[in-house]
Amino acid sequence: MSYDDIRERARLGRYPIRGGGARRKIPTFDDLTFLTASASRYPLEGYREHCATRTVLGAKNARDPVVLEIPITIAGMSFGALSAQAKEALGRAASEVGTSTTTGDGGMTPEERMSSKTLVYQCLPSRYGFNPDDLRAADAIEIVLGQGAKPGGGGMLMGQKLGPRVAAMRTLPEGIDQRSACRHPDWTGPDDLLIKIEELREATGWRVPVFVKIGATRVYHDVRLAAVAGADVVVVDGMQGGTGATQDVFIEHTGIPTLAAVRQAADALADFPEVKLIVSGGIRSGADVAKALALGADAVSIGVAALVALGCNDTVHDFGPASYDDLGTTPGDCTACHTGGCPVGIATQSPGLAARLDPVRGAQRVANYLRALTMETTMLARACGKADVHHLEPEDLVALTVEAAAMARVPLAGTEWIPGR
Amino acid sequence: MDIDLSTTDVRTTNAALRALPAGTTARLVNPAGKHNLAVGLTEPITVEIDGTAGYYAGGLGKNATVLVRGTAGWGAGENLMSGLVQVDGDASQSLAASAHGGTIVVRGDASLRAGISLKGATVLVGGDVGDHCGFMAQAGTILIGGDAGRGLGDSLYEAVIYVAGKIKDLGADARIEDLTAEDVELIADLAKRHGFDHIDPENVKRVASAKQLYHWGSP
Repeated sequence: MSYDDIRERARLGRYPIRGGGARRKIPTFDDLTFLTASASRYPLEGYREHCATRTVLGAKNARDPVVLEIPITIAGMSFGALSAQAKEALGRAASEVGTSTTTGDGGMTPEERMSSKTLVYQCLPSRYGFNPDDLRAADAIEIVLGQGAKPGGGGMLMGQKLGPRVAAMRTLPEGIDQRSACRHPDWTGPDDLLIKIEELREATGWRVPVFVKIGATRVYHDVRLAAVAGADVVVVDGMQGGTGATQDVFIEHTGIPTLAAVRQAADALADFPEVKLIVSGGIRSGADVAKALALGADAVSIGVAALVALGCNDTVHDFGPASYDDLGTTPGDCTACHTGGCPVGIATQSPGLAARLDPVRGAQRVANYLRALTMETTMLARACGKADVHHLEPEDLVALTVEAAAMARVPLAGTEWIPGR
Repeated sequence: MDIDLSTTDVRTTNAALRALPAGTTARLVNPAGKHNLAVGLTEPITVEIDGTAGYYAGGLGKNATVLVRGTAGWGAGENLMSGLVQVDGDASQSLAASAHGGTIVVRGDASLRAGISLKGATVLVGGDVGDHCGFMAQAGTILIGGDAGRGLGDSLYEAVIYVAGKIKDLGADARIEDLTAEDVELIADLAKRHGFDHIDPENVKRVASAKQLYHWGSP
């Protein structure tokens, strides 16, 4: 903790709150590298030979599984945390490249339903705006037990963002500092979760898959319990996962890195081959995607990276008045999502600021970004000799640090050594 | 129409209920505590559950009337949007959790967290409620004909709880307020409509939020 951090606490008399994900240095996918093909392996031609990216989620129980063209999905972010324009842009982008978006704490807006070809509807502890009609309009259901930025904590939305529409959707008084529940109101523990999952299936006629999302802490046991409870898909969000607003101490000091979580989750699902794994938290590049898939994920989710593609922290724009300086923040290091004073119109409910984001142009940037990630992923897969990105495997990876080797359980580069083995 | 749950599974039963036209009545016999009975209903039909229901009886529904002729497990009437869920016996935990609309009536007692996260529905319990009734309830009305346990109304928002009996203690930010003429009229109407003759509308405590947890101050 820096002296500035101490001074901030001395000024506030409480914990600082901010947006974004963990800032401090922790082991990441960057600490791994691919052993691409050479004499002992046979590479595929990068430009000409096909490499499949199609991803099917939830074929275990659902009549209509989620079928995605790419293994990269958009993570749950609420209308409230994000502007309606941002939600629409994410929906348009995802639809354009054939992937899914996800609602958030606060329910489903008609705009995001209309702009998203495949929309995952979250069932969160708060149940803000949770409506059986929207449930039936969704393409998948995601029961959220926690998120990587704050596993064990509930959602948060500061009063500046609880405008009339958001407040009405959440049945809350306008302008209050919303602190969502951290536990579901009507079940506790995995035996109850099993019944809850069945209830949601009954209410939707067993049509759509049920995902269970957890923040990465005791990953092996939590993922196993979710699978036993009947989840079609388990979503594991590592400690780098972002948020619209949470206590800084929560963001930086809870959960385990995505790198460590993915292998534990994959091991937990070894006995449940039909249960799919989505991993999120700090995914930035096609290399991150490919490494997550190689370690056992079936797909990844991106949140902060999609917002950055949309224009978050963008230094190019010149908005004149009420730009970064006026709003008390700095491009490149802005985590002021919680204040509602988002200079680029993404994490705001101010009509004036939100109008700065053009959903159509923003969607193009996000779609381009998703295409670039997919190209990078398939390029690495082909170089490893794989005709399907889902054929990537741990054997394709080595670690550059002892820590990463221990967490991902792949050998330290240039050795056969996996710590603990 | 009768559906015998000793020979018909829950999935088939719920599918049959969803196919019923408005105005029809169905009776579920031999429920034996099965979970998720009559969930996700959308049409104005009546479903009588002839015995004990498990978790989430009548949950996630709208427009329908679900009558449990016995006791109910966790989350009876959870996330109800409209219509009626009535339990003749006792109800277990998290009665009417997050219910947005409609009415949930329990003639006996309700266990922990009745009306938790309530979002606009009306909840009536003829007997006692356990601890943490109305936890984080956002909107709606809870009327308790008997006594309330510990932590009543903890972290309430705009929901109001009326208690005819004793209150063990109040939760954080909950306070007892003066009963208004409108409160008395509302309680009298609810008690009369649901046959809760033991409730004296003039002699009920009103519990609401002191609203001290609404703000942190500037971020």
